[in-house]
Amino acid sequence: MTLVNLVRGSVRRPWRSAAEASALLIAAVVAFPLYWMVLSAVKPAGEIESTRPRPWTGSPTLDSFRRVFGQQEFGRYFLNSLVVAGCVVVASALIAFLAATAVTRFRFRFRTTLLIMFLVAQTVPVEALAIPLFFLMRDLGQLNTLGALILPHIAFSLPFAIWMLRGFVKAVPEALEEAAHLDGASRARFLWQILFPLVLPGLVATSVFSFISAWNDFLFAKSFIISDTSQSTLPMALLVFYKPDEPDWGGVMAASTVMTIPVLVFFVVVQRRLVSGLGGSLKD
Amino acid sequence: MDRHPPATTTVTRTQGARRAGRTPWLYLAPALVVLGGLLVYPVYQLGLISVLEYTQAQVSGGKPTSFRGLGNYTTLFSDDQFWSVLLATVVFAAACVLCTLAVGCALAVLLTRVRAVPRLALMLAALGAWATPAVTGSTVWLFLFDPDFGPVNRLLGLGDHSWTYGRYSAFLLVLLEVVWCSFPFVMVTVYAGIRAVPAEVLEAAALDGASQWRIWRSVLAPMLRPILAVVTIQSVIWDFKVFTQIYVMTNGGGIAGQNLVLNVYAYQKAFASSEYSLGSAIGVVTLLILLAVTLGYLRLLRRQGEEL
Repeated sequence: MTLVNLVRGSVRRPWRSAAEASALLIAAVVAFPLYWMVLSAVKPAGEIESTRPRPWTGSPTLDSFRRVFGQQEFGRYFLNSLVVAGCVVVASALIAFLAATAVTRFRFRFRTTLLIMFLVAQTVPVEALAIPLFFLMRDLGQLNTLGALILPHIAFSLPFAIWMLRGFVKAVPEALEEAAHLDGASRARFLWQILFPLVLPGLVATSVFSFISAWNDFLFAKSFIISDTSQSTLPMALLVFYKPDEPDWGGVMAASTVMTIPVLVFFVVVQRRLVSGLGGSLKD
Repeated sequence: MDRHPPATTTVTRTQGARRAGRTPWLYLAPALVVLGGLLVYPVYQLGLISVLEYTQAQVSGGKPTSFRGLGNYTTLFSDDQFWSVLLATVVFAAACVLCTLAVGCALAVLLTRVRAVPRLALMLAALGAWATPAVTGSTVWLFLFDPDFGPVNRLLGLGDHSWTYGRYSAFLLVLLEVVWCSFPFVMVTVYAGIRAVPAEVLEAAALDGASQWRIWRSVLAPMLRPILAVVTIQSVIWDFKVFTQIYVMTNGGGIAGQNLVLNVYAYQKAFASSEYSLGSAIGVVTLLILLAVTLGYLRLLRRQGEEL
């Protein structure tokens, strides 16, 4: 905040007004696609397919949403997406918490090597691995099940989650562990009853990334769920409405709105932690 | 990850790290198992498939798999399309990274100049863009630029100009969407970094009569260098791997594959034409390029004396 005050003091008044006006304008431009998405979702069909699109509507309707929820077991897809994202978030958060604790609280051989590998692991193009993973899931009998979506995403979200969590684990004073140890708390007790609750906010913020990667997954859903559409997830359901030749724009926009809202809620809830977490994990 | 040390690891004692012994490895075990099975093993498989003859016939068991050595790579490298896709990928990713960083940094600086309300507005809008799933972002941007019903063409008076028809305009459209959904990460991170710069430093610079640009170039940028390095490398990694946007917005790689990037190209080879070994070879090439970039970045960090 000090910087803000300082810079503000040194900026002359017309400049600040110009800066604030452009900030608001840019905010409007950035938010416009989302506004247009929601607007188109509630527009009646005639207004969407109009060559004179208007940025408002006089007669909002939920027709498109009805069509979306009435078609193609949309509710089921929504549930599948929630199950996949939920499992990935919980599993990768727990595993990443343990791993981040290991690499920040202990000094051991290969520690730096491991850290570098966690960074390198983030460069692996997930999309290229779709080929071997397809065969792996086939051999494990996971094709056409939600497991085929959950397992790879746990693995892919781990390296970044561990990398991010280090900052949060580091922020817990070492003295706390000494004190707990002197009081006779075992390592496991310290880990789960003291460290875990303290790191939990950071864990939630970090989870947003694994949530997004699992929730947004399009490639695996497309490649691994081939014959059993009851195991499909939201991105696939959305594309049901999007046929390149004759897209049902109202349906696409309504489905997009439904798909975006959970992520948006998650983001708004964790945004403060996220900002400080990003700052923290990058500074050290 | 196949280099597990014996359980009796030598422990360097530092403060707080009592009796490390096998505890860290116990904590790391779940992560290593998952990563080993679902990341390292598939990478190994990817490399393996790329040197085999592996098409639909082998998958269904009709023909035995045979070793082709570097044959798949020879096929790939003698294919003109591969080189044009590689070039397109590099140029496209570079353009995305540059635009994302420029927009992200500029807006981060802007955020420090404005009062709470405009700052909150810009922050919320950016979070919204960030949170938008790639699939929905792609369809929404397509709709915005739709030749018949989209508002952009009306606004610009472009009639029924189709953005996805031409190669460059299609790439431009995807670029706009990618920048839109990836600049918030840069903006938020750099903003957090600027706020962490001690006020006295900036005060001193301002008292010395440094201009705003000068303060950014000579004070902020050097102090933010580690953060800028991280957001740059993350952007490179993300933008080089863009898949969903290209796949959805150009309908699987554009007319006659004009908008293919390596990732989509590999996917199309493998799953659309069942050339699994060629697809894997492309995957290996992508992996090696990203690996080279990451290792170069790590060396850079090391040279600057950053500690992991």
